[in-house]
Amino acid sequence: MLGLNKKDTFLLFAVAVLVACAPILLNPFPEGSAMAQFNAGYPDLMQRFVIFGIFAVGFNILFGLTGYLSFGHAAFLGAGSYAGVWMLKLLTVNVIPAILISTVVAGLFAVFIGFISLRRSGIYFSILTLAFAQMSFALAASVLTPITGGETGLQTSLDDPRILDGANTSGNIPAPNLFGLEMSDSLQINLAGWLWTFNVGYYLAGVVLLVAFYIAIRIFRSPFGLMLRAIKSNQQRLTYTGINTRPYMLACFVISGMYAGLAGGLMVAMDPLAGAERMQWTASGEVVLMTILGGIGTLIGPVLGAGLIKYFENIFSKINENLLHQWFAFLPDGAEDFVVAIIYPFIGKGWHLTLGLMFMAVIIFLPGGLVELGQRISRKLSRTSGDDQTKSTK
Amino acid sequence: MDQIILQILNGLDKGSAYALIALGLTLIFGTLGVVNFAHGALFMLGAFCAVTFSRILSLSHTIIDESKKDFLGNPLKVEVPYVHGWFGEATGQAIIDWSVPLAILFTIPVMIAIGVIMERGLIKHFYKRPHADQILVTFGLAIVLQEIVKYYFGANQIPMNAPQAFFGSFDFGAMIGMDPGAIIYPYWRIIYFCFAAVLVGGVLAFLQFTTFGMVVRAGMADRETVGLLGINIDRRFTIMFGIAAAVAGLAGVMYTPINPPNYHMGMDFLVISFVVVVVGGMGSLPGAILAGLLLGILESFASMRQIIELLPGINQVVIYLAAIVILLTRPRGLMGRKGVMED
Repeated sequence: MLGLNKKDTFLLFAVAVLVACAPILLNPFPEGSAMAQFNAGYPDLMQRFVIFGIFAVGFNILFGLTGYLSFGHAAFLGAGSYAGVWMLKLLTVNVIPAILISTVVAGLFAVFIGFISLRRSGIYFSILTLAFAQMSFALAASVLTPITGGETGLQTSLDDPRILDGANTSGNIPAPNLFGLEMSDSLQINLAGWLWTFNVGYYLAGVVLLVAFYIAIRIFRSPFGLMLRAIKSNQQRLTYTGINTRPYMLACFVISGMYAGLAGGLMVAMDPLAGAERMQWTASGEVVLMTILGGIGTLIGPVLGAGLIKYFENIFSKINENLLHQWFAFLPDGAEDFVVAIIYPFIGKGWHLTLGLMFMAVIIFLPGGLVELGQRISRKLSRTSGDDQTKSTK
Repeated sequence: MDQIILQILNGLDKGSAYALIALGLTLIFGTLGVVNFAHGALFMLGAFCAVTFSRILSLSHTIIDESKKDFLGNPLKVEVPYVHGWFGEATGQAIIDWSVPLAILFTIPVMIAIGVIMERGLIKHFYKRPHADQILVTFGLAIVLQEIVKYYFGANQIPMNAPQAFFGSFDFGAMIGMDPGAIIYPYWRIIYFCFAAVLVGGVLAFLQFTTFGMVVRAGMADRETVGLLGINIDRRFTIMFGIAAAVAGLAGVMYTPINPPNYHMGMDFLVISFVVVVVGGMGSLPGAILAGLLLGILESFASMRQIIELLPGINQVVIYLAAIVILLTRPRGLMGRKGVMED
């Protein structure tokens, strides 16, 4: 289907089902129950899952296929965000032009940075991209304030021109919408205690994720993708056979940058605000973490990694000490305090520590990330069940 | 003229911090071939060694002073640091006052131990892995170290004071025969520069003039041959890692009065230090020092008011701009050797 083989069609289909059912799947606990705070099925977080999923899928096209580690990918996300907000301000609050333009602007930005950075490889490439991203960040936060809003960030305001929209009479800042459907609109269904929120913005981002994911699959399976893998395994040999790798690398870098811009555009479509901190190198580091945690060079890995990190950031970090005491209240007093004292540094505000440890563990023991973990487990399971079969035939 | 000298001086102290971190990074890269993204965290750990040390020194016990009364008429409770009791009041106070320089003595063994543990426990397993994996695992380690420090010391900056003898500034212009008041420079910064110079000189001399250093240099040139000669090169490289960690730590200790330590200072310095290493040329010790000082001076020149008026924002990007220009025109950096990191 759609030019994909059976396995990939199944993968795309599975992702589509997951995206469609996420508001239900991510809310496994009834509203008001003690576990309800582990519910991740609220629109803001689900949008972030999907948007960072797109960002990580794009990053993986560069790092996973070619092995070029860019430490400045957030610059494209930031550039896309700014372009998106400007479209919302100048043109119309319909999100379609904003998303398209942010992708294009990030792409152009990537052409420029990629053209220069790709002259070098290895750590030099990482440092060059890092230098460009830090420069963009510093400029966006200071000198470019008229364009970027400086440290306060760029947002829509009441007296923006919005030349395509009619006169604004409501007296409120119009919210981003898709042909009248506001991004923050949602349908809430309360079913026997379970509260499910189906949000317009989330489903828009979800559809975009599916398209982006489909394109990523096609790139992975195309001759172009094969060429990129060849660059990863031995660029020198490729050069000796008379192939100029630069255009391939640049194309890959630009595609990857456009994914980041697309994510940036979706971000401002959900919440029309862009700040310089989106370009900082910690943001670039975050997407590296997502991709590695999920499984580098795999299709589904980056999406899983993005989901995991965002879940930690938003849910795990909210667990506080009192709650821990509640959970371990069944233990004798001394033991309860002891257990809480041991666990506490790793959760709540300390979730970064857990993230760092998890990340190190993945690099050391599981270079393939969560996907490799899944494969190992399923292989083990199938082997044991296979053993059962051989036994039963005997 | 006085402006130029002032900016050079301003650049030197920051530049020497860059140079010290870059020196350690280059040592690790040159010996072990590992790109250490946790080196900024080592700098930060050094700074927090100073914090810990000064806290240990000011550990105090409460005694009741019957001769004085507080406002309620009760006997006054006075916190007396233990060092006062041990060394007498005057010496004790001096020790507390000098806690930052004294912390050097405490930091060296601690940082060497941390470095050795890090190398034996983690980095050792990454020699055969690609550079990207080394970068990533040390990046993860940096996050972990940073969060541990944040947990124990909090997220706020912790102000540290230089010894009182070095408070204030001196008139550098008058010393070299210019108008008094033209170049005023804080004492501590010039001390930092001298300290960095001594440390760099010490490390280079150690490598150049001792048998141990000779073996290490031989190992940097050809590890396998040195190993075949029956020398345990791995152990020497581990010790070099410890020394590199100690250099970064000492740079952090002495930097605390200039910039109050906080948990993410390492990351802030790390990014620039990597730029410094790459500009200087991977694997070249003199290159790292030269590039550190040059970029520090360049940064301070770019922060001059006249230049900012001419090119707004240049002070924030000049280092990266210089790095981009140098990398594109001199692919191996200022003093890079052939064949390092070119695979």
